[in-house]
Amino acid sequence: MYYQPDIETMPVEQLRELQLDRMKRSIAHAYENIPLYRERFAEAGVVPSDLKSLDDLVKFPFLTKQDMRDCYPYGLFAVPSSDVARIHASSGTTGQATVVGHSANDLKNWGDCFARGIYMVGGSRGSVIQVSYGYGLFTGGLGAHAGGEAVGCAVIPTSSGNTKRQIQMMKDLGTDILACTPSYALLIADTAIEMGYDPAKDFKVSGVILGAEPASENMRQEIREKLGVQYCDVYGLSEVMGPGVAMECAESHGLHLAEDHFYAEIVDPETLQPVPDGTYGELVFTTLTRECCPLVRYRTRDVTRIIPEECACGRTHRKIDRIVGRTDDMMIIRGVNVFPSQIEQVITGFPEIATQYQIVLTSNGPLDRIELQVEPVADFPFDEIRKLEDLKARLHAELKSNLQISVDIRIVEPKTIERSEGKAKRIIDMRN
Amino acid sequence: MISQLTVFLQNEKGRLAAACRTIADAGINMHSLFIADTQDFGVVRMLVDQPKKAAEALRAAGYRATITPVTAVRIPNQPGGLAKLLEYMDSQNVNVEYGYCFLAGEEFAIDVLKTDEDIELESKLAEAGFQTVAPEEIYKLD
Repeated sequence: MYYQPDIETMPVEQLRELQLDRMKRSIAHAYENIPLYRERFAEAGVVPSDLKSLDDLVKFPFLTKQDMRDCYPYGLFAVPSSDVARIHASSGTTGQATVVGHSANDLKNWGDCFARGIYMVGGSRGSVIQVSYGYGLFTGGLGAHAGGEAVGCAVIPTSSGNTKRQIQMMKDLGTDILACTPSYALLIADTAIEMGYDPAKDFKVSGVILGAEPASENMRQEIREKLGVQYCDVYGLSEVMGPGVAMECAESHGLHLAEDHFYAEIVDPETLQPVPDGTYGELVFTTLTRECCPLVRYRTRDVTRIIPEECACGRTHRKIDRIVGRTDDMMIIRGVNVFPSQIEQVITGFPEIATQYQIVLTSNGPLDRIELQVEPVADFPFDEIRKLEDLKARLHAELKSNLQISVDIRIVEPKTIERSEGKAKRIIDMRN
Repeated sequence: MISQLTVFLQNEKGRLAAACRTIADAGINMHSLFIADTQDFGVVRMLVDQPKKAAEALRAAGYRATITPVTAVRIPNQPGGLAKLLEYMDSQNVNVEYGYCFLAGEEFAIDVLKTDEDIELESKLAEAGFQTVAPEEIYKLD
């Protein structure tokens, strides 16, 4: 079942033609209405009419997060305020906030993009969807909400927080689909279990649409088993739209891009040259239909790859792999590139350890010191110190062989590591 | 077999005091306490009244706490008391994981041992003439 069968299963040739046609119009729209694009294109010696094929896109300059900050607040808006229906903003935790505007059509397209994922987890008109993403400037809550409304679902806007009430509503209202962050889904599952439920059996929920932060395959499996659900990974970012830019079908092998609205490239973050399909690199987007804030070659800083295969689900839109990290989340420890997701992958291979963890980076003179804090699971035989020491040694060895660096392991008391209701704070960098 | 309360604590200022306060607030009396510590964590082993209730109170307060079955033997308070017991264990090929001893009055000591062969050990010890200790001799039962 597809939400928009004509679009989602469009023959590839036809899809590329549609993309080229829309890209020409979108780039011209950006050029005509936003001074920054005119400046940048002039510096690069290109004009919109130089785009004759999709391959010509590489001639155009990139746009960065910093450009968006510099254009704060309205510098990247291509329509007058009378055509702006809504404004979202990024959290701004790492600098000046960035604002992104949406026209009424932009909002409609957003709802349609997210709605495709609701169908991917078996939802349809009449399904009950509980949106436990935060509502507000963050795009998660309202994006998922729009998707639910587009499909004709009964939408429960619980937002995040108040976990026990979330669980009560899930049970009492017969939620079919839960949309939130992976770490919050796990907190909901664990809290429900602590409350004496077996959510996989006692709750009706059959699908989850989770995104906005990384989750390893093992963590995904834990959520699938504890809640008894199909897992749909949703990708999106507020600069480009919000959740729904790419969504994972029931094949569970990659996320289908909404290629009728976005054109994706993968480039080497150092050389900025496109890499072959299947190679990891930085994801770059050119929007094809956005009216309010069209983007040309926006560098997302997210690291992934194109999965070059035809999908058994029948959708023809290309797939990206799950995000393995961010170019700016990448930790450089003693000269080695390390992504938090690599550490998580190792941890979840140890059933004796709870999935929550924290990484603390400190300086020890000229050397970086990395400490990993983990909790033993509730039934770990901690009476025997030997077993705790053995666990530390095995985890240390496994991390060493996977990351090529030595990680100090610290076993901490349960609940020491903060559970998250939004994005999990996994890394504390205290290096000077 | 007697029930020992085991608590996992981070090696951090104030953690032991907080754990003891939790037990105290549950109205539970302690009879002995031993700490095995490593660089980053400690394992605290206690004999307390109502060990199950104590473990529940600790768990409710967010601690990792569990009940561990251990063997307690009453030994005359004289040179060689413990050596004799351990030699017997060795002769029976019983591995001792850890142990601790405390005085019970002037004449006797109580030796507590965690072994890898808990179930049959008590009857073997009794047959060999050792005086094993029943739970109610040390603490109030749950």
